[in-house]
Amino acid sequence: MSASRLEVLRSELALVLRLFRTDTARQTKRIALTVLAISWGTLSIVLLLSFGEGLKRAFHKGKNGIGEGIGILWPGATTRAYAGLPSGRAISFRDEDADLLRERIPEIAALSREYAVRRGLSVGTKTVNARIRGVDPSFGELRNIIPQSGGRFINELDLKEKRRVIVLGDELAGDLFGSQEVVGRTLLLNQSVFTVIGVMQPKTMMGMYSGPDKSQATVPASTLKSMFTDEHLQNMVYRPVSPALGDQAKWQIYRVLGAKYRFDPDDTRALGVWDTLEDQRLVTNIAVGIQMFLGIIGTLTLFVGGMGVANIMYAVVKERTREIGVKMALGAKMRQVMTPFVMEALLMTVLGGMLGTTVSLLLMAAIAALPLEGEAFDLLGRPTFSPAIAAATSLILGAIGMLAGYFPARRAASVNPAESLRYE
Amino acid sequence: MTQPNGEMIRMRPIRQVYSTGRVEVEALRGIDLAIPSNEYVAIIGPSGSGKSTLMNIIGCLDTPSSGEYVLSGETVGGLGRNRLAEIRNRHVGFVFQNFNLLPYASALENVELPLLFAGAPANERRERAAAMLERVDLADRMDHKPTELSGGQMQRVAIARALVNRPAIILADEPTGNLDSGSGKGIVGLFGELHAAGQTIVIITHDAAVARLAHRVVQIRDGQITEDRPAAA
Repeated sequence: MSASRLEVLRSELALVLRLFRTDTARQTKRIALTVLAISWGTLSIVLLLSFGEGLKRAFHKGKNGIGEGIGILWPGATTRAYAGLPSGRAISFRDEDADLLRERIPEIAALSREYAVRRGLSVGTKTVNARIRGVDPSFGELRNIIPQSGGRFINELDLKEKRRVIVLGDELAGDLFGSQEVVGRTLLLNQSVFTVIGVMQPKTMMGMYSGPDKSQATVPASTLKSMFTDEHLQNMVYRPVSPALGDQAKWQIYRVLGAKYRFDPDDTRALGVWDTLEDQRLVTNIAVGIQMFLGIIGTLTLFVGGMGVANIMYAVVKERTREIGVKMALGAKMRQVMTPFVMEALLMTVLGGMLGTTVSLLLMAAIAALPLEGEAFDLLGRPTFSPAIAAATSLILGAIGMLAGYFPARRAASVNPAESLRYE
Repeated sequence: MTQPNGEMIRMRPIRQVYSTGRVEVEALRGIDLAIPSNEYVAIIGPSGSGKSTLMNIIGCLDTPSSGEYVLSGETVGGLGRNRLAEIRNRHVGFVFQNFNLLPYASALENVELPLLFAGAPANERRERAAAMLERVDLADRMDHKPTELSGGQMQRVAIARALVNRPAIILADEPTGNLDSGSGKGIVGLFGELHAAGQTIVIITHDAAVARLAHRVVQIRDGQITEDRPAAA
């Protein structure tokens, strides 16, 4: 039974192909234009979605450049009088604040101090002025400063022994040492010899404070503090236990430091907090929004092509009214009348879809082959074709083809056989 | 296919009313007709007499407004489009005045169509269609397109197509209307042969020469049977 049904379907397919050939012969131009419209629609949907995907990936890469889901904490100034103290009072962090926050706030998973000075780094006769920061070992993981192979980040022992070790940003390392092997080499900072223990892996940063990481150097917090005694703790970097606890952690920080420095915990200007999580949510939403927007434009374009197919199929149904009547007289059921029309519409759509996809893949390969450099392209990303895009495109194409065939086919099936046999 | 009582067609007062806007047209006003198995009937009448309407009802292309119609033991009435299609497929073999072959399909494929709609497997379709074309003397034209055939040949293909699913009746609507007299004679001769082999045939015509060859002539006028007689021998 099922074998014979399959057989019937195969015969119908053969018939459809023949019909399509006779139709193309009769209205070559119209069908060519419609197939082109479908190709154009497919091309735009595939390209737009792929650009969106590339953009999303670039965004994603960029937004993690500063670190994933972290908060950055600066001292501010009060805007309210509190406990007998006037407003406008500047707050400054002390070294022990880091331990205080770590101990008191269970919502904080990791926290690092960040001291900073701007000094010259010298190798031989070459000196480069750079921001040098003194941090805790957790800073590398928090701020996504990942050493290239062969290097490492600052560890607990470095911190404890105030070792003169330094991690360089990738650009800074290049400026100082050129293209030579850098790890293990030494440089001078404030007349002291420092050993390079690591160079940061290149990364894209969408957001930053105090300059990009690639042009900064990092040393243990204890080392920096002992060398530059007058430096205050500039800021702290922390990560909440989970993104859901971000607001809770922020509120706790205001409460703990407010109690210590005597400011109103509701005085939001007393501390500066940059919650990157919030930014990242926004960026993700924007990227998804852009992709959806591009997808909708592509779908609409494709829809117009679908209208063209439906239009042709309506004309074909009208032209074949008599033939439909003959088939009905010979015993064709509704489904058997409709199937060829739906398949013919699908065939046109699939043809256009394949053409459009091929052209867009070629275009993307061409774009990938172009030697595009620069930050703009880092941010824009490159169009990326993904299985999800292939699936979405096929789904939309299939749906449009089915619809473009279904409605004309339904008209065909509603033909009155007795009348259509008299139709000329 | 055969009836216990040998009746292929049984109609009890069939009425067909068309309403075009406000006006109601009574195309058939009570047709009583019984056609036994293996009869060769000609239905004649002037245009507008209702013979086309009657043909549509006999061929299950249309259902009557009232009355009972039994075709080969199946009561046709209140059936859905698919069920009607099935009945046409199994019981009725149509032959049209203008042949109505699919222009892009070969003679063989045209004959295969009813079997395709019946869901028969390919090899069976091919065999039965080829055998039928042989029977109408077109064994050497199987792969020809309709445009490569003469009018008489096209009508033979159409007859082979009508016969291929072994229908209860052959229903022919002016089968010689578009043919020259020579080809027309050939087609009428073929009907005679088929009848001799046991086929029930109903021909709708206004060609007296064609009607004369039938065994029974039913005359329709103004939606009623005005005469029902054996053909003059």
